[in-house]
Amino acid sequence: MRHTLSVWVEDEPGVLSRVAGLFSGRGFNIESLNVAPTLERGVSLMTIVTAGEEQIIEQIVKQLRKLVTVIKVVDMNHTDCVDREMVLIKVNAQDSYRAEILRIVDIFRCKVIDVSHAEMTLEATGDRGKISALISLLQRFGIKEIARTGSVAMRRSLQAET
Amino acid sequence: MRLKGARVLLECLMREEVETIFGFPGGAVIDIYNELPEYPFQHILARHEQGAVHAADGYARASGRVGVVLATSGPGATNTITGVATAYMDSTPLVVLTGQVPTQLIGNDAFQEVDMVGISRPCTKHNYLVKEVESLPKVIKEAFYLARSGRPGPVVVDLPKDVMNAEMEFYYPKHVRTRSYNPHIEPNSKQIKKAVEYICQAKRPLIFGGGGVVTSNSHEELTRLSRELQIPVTTSMMGLGAFPGNDPLWLGMLGMHGTYTANMAVNHADLLIAVGVRFDDRVTGKLDTFAPNAQIIHIDIDPTSIRKNVAVDVPIVSDCRLALQALLQELEEKVEASELARQYQSWREKVEEWSRTHPLTYTKSEDAVMPQQVVEKLDELTQGEAIITTEVGQNQMWAAQHYRFLHPRTWISSGGLGTMGYGFPAAIGAQVAYPDKLVIDVAGDGSIQMNIQELATAVCYNLPVKVVILNNTYLGMVRQWQDLFYNKNYCSTCLEYSPDFVKLAQAYGAEGYKVTRPGELDDVLRQALFSPNTAIVEVVVPQEENVYPMVPAGAPLNEMLLV
Repeated sequence: MRHTLSVWVEDEPGVLSRVAGLFSGRGFNIESLNVAPTLERGVSLMTIVTAGEEQIIEQIVKQLRKLVTVIKVVDMNHTDCVDREMVLIKVNAQDSYRAEILRIVDIFRCKVIDVSHAEMTLEATGDRGKISALISLLQRFGIKEIARTGSVAMRRSLQAET
Repeated sequence: MRLKGARVLLECLMREEVETIFGFPGGAVIDIYNELPEYPFQHILARHEQGAVHAADGYARASGRVGVVLATSGPGATNTITGVATAYMDSTPLVVLTGQVPTQLIGNDAFQEVDMVGISRPCTKHNYLVKEVESLPKVIKEAFYLARSGRPGPVVVDLPKDVMNAEMEFYYPKHVRTRSYNPHIEPNSKQIKKAVEYICQAKRPLIFGGGGVVTSNSHEELTRLSRELQIPVTTSMMGLGAFPGNDPLWLGMLGMHGTYTANMAVNHADLLIAVGVRFDDRVTGKLDTFAPNAQIIHIDIDPTSIRKNVAVDVPIVSDCRLALQALLQELEEKVEASELARQYQSWREKVEEWSRTHPLTYTKSEDAVMPQQVVEKLDELTQGEAIITTEVGQNQMWAAQHYRFLHPRTWISSGGLGTMGYGFPAAIGAQVAYPDKLVIDVAGDGSIQMNIQELATAVCYNLPVKVVILNNTYLGMVRQWQDLFYNKNYCSTCLEYSPDFVKLAQAYGAEGYKVTRPGELDDVLRQALFSPNTAIVEVVVPQEENVYPMVPAGAPLNEMLLV
């Protein structure tokens, strides 16, 4: 099963290699990894999407907590959370396709951020399902290039009663 | 007090009460060595950095203190890696100080430059590159704290040459402040209560101790638990010495070369009280069939050890000693020990029967000295009071099986990584920690040659370490696998040529002895063991003797090959 882990780490050189090395060294997989600073000085937040059976996920969380530079780990699957990723897609946009692509842009609430005679670059945000749906719809026009950020996630303010 | 980095480092080591440094100098650490004579440290100059780390490791395991290593950059640093990985697998507290090229050259492929922090990351508990002299005291303070707290382990501190020459106003922090690292050490009282319930309901309980019992100094508590409730005890190889080997409740170690009794007991137990263990594959055999009838209580300070390999019914994340104390107290309040002892009576009888019918055994010979016999003779001559280190392979297993370890920290062997060449330098370290104790390295003709250069170290510092080489002219354990599982295809395992170990010892200034016949064994061993000098005893043993019992890799524990 896919899990999203929020990992707060000390913002210091080498911290990314410690986390990445842990995954590769122990044979865990990373679907996506996103790192950026937080409001607190010296603390970065990594959002890691990984997949595995419950016991493996438990090991991943414990092993991450064991790293000296990891401050806190939350398995977002255990909370109500929102998660989003952003994607930039450069798609073939000859005249005959343009109207159709713009309709999709409208439906998916994305933006056109660059355009030329033959191509359009779109920016979209959403959860994994939405991004996948968008990509599969655009595929028939010919996607030339794609860049995704990987998920970032946040706990919802109101948690459902459990 | 304004000091340069090299002195700051040594002042920090003084404040950590370091007495001994195992090291080897080089260009990148010459500034540290330049200041060293001003300080009261005992510096043991090894002949190879790997030897220095193993010696520090042996020193740490024998004494319970943090072992300290000083090595230079580049090859000096990479030579430490096998030692560091050995210490990491067996949770030995070490602080390994390595030199580094000046900070402005880092990344330039400078002479003797290597990315030590990158290379050592997966085999250290933590590591540091010190970029400014101002952070040095904090880093050293943290390094020692990390090395010895929680589940101990090696910490590498990489020290660029210019940082050792930069000056700062010296201070030493009193406390370590990290917002992240906080080893959990107290047991959860609910889990302790639950464990007691399981113990009360059990009919066939078994205590399974490991290296964590030794590390946490909880052998007394473990022994009390066993003796009060009359529960039989087995340990992993790393746990040897955690329970007295002459106690009637002792079953011997379990696992691949464990005793019949211990493996059968694990197979039939209905409760396994696992303390300070990590359920390594050499212990469990085939995982699905490990302890098939048992509920498991697992005490360990490292949360990642719990539920990593086996499912556990009562997980207790805690320092083993605190957990055992809490368990003993709860038992005292809740139950009558003698009643439980009676409840386990028929189980003990069953276990005793296994011991009676299937003791550790081997066939003695009139003409040849059997390797098992050598270890038994060592046991007899030392009365279990020596510190035994080993190399890796058959010599290690025979030592583990046939020496009766009575005290913790008297068994020093590379368990997790299985490092050939560990035992001799480790014996040197143990001897440095305890100059008056008898320290014996049980070796094979293969592994002793992996760090034999340390003979110079032993002789130079008058360390009366004894090395007993069981010479079967083979890399015996690999040959045993080839014999049993690879159709006797003895590819590259025969050591057709070895040096004359007696002359070699003498060339280094040590004593050299050779035993070829059973009748000579007692005399020669006595002479060597009670000599005040470093000594090598080469014992010629049969070439194709195997270690039994043996559970083939991946087989269930009850499917042992007995002869």
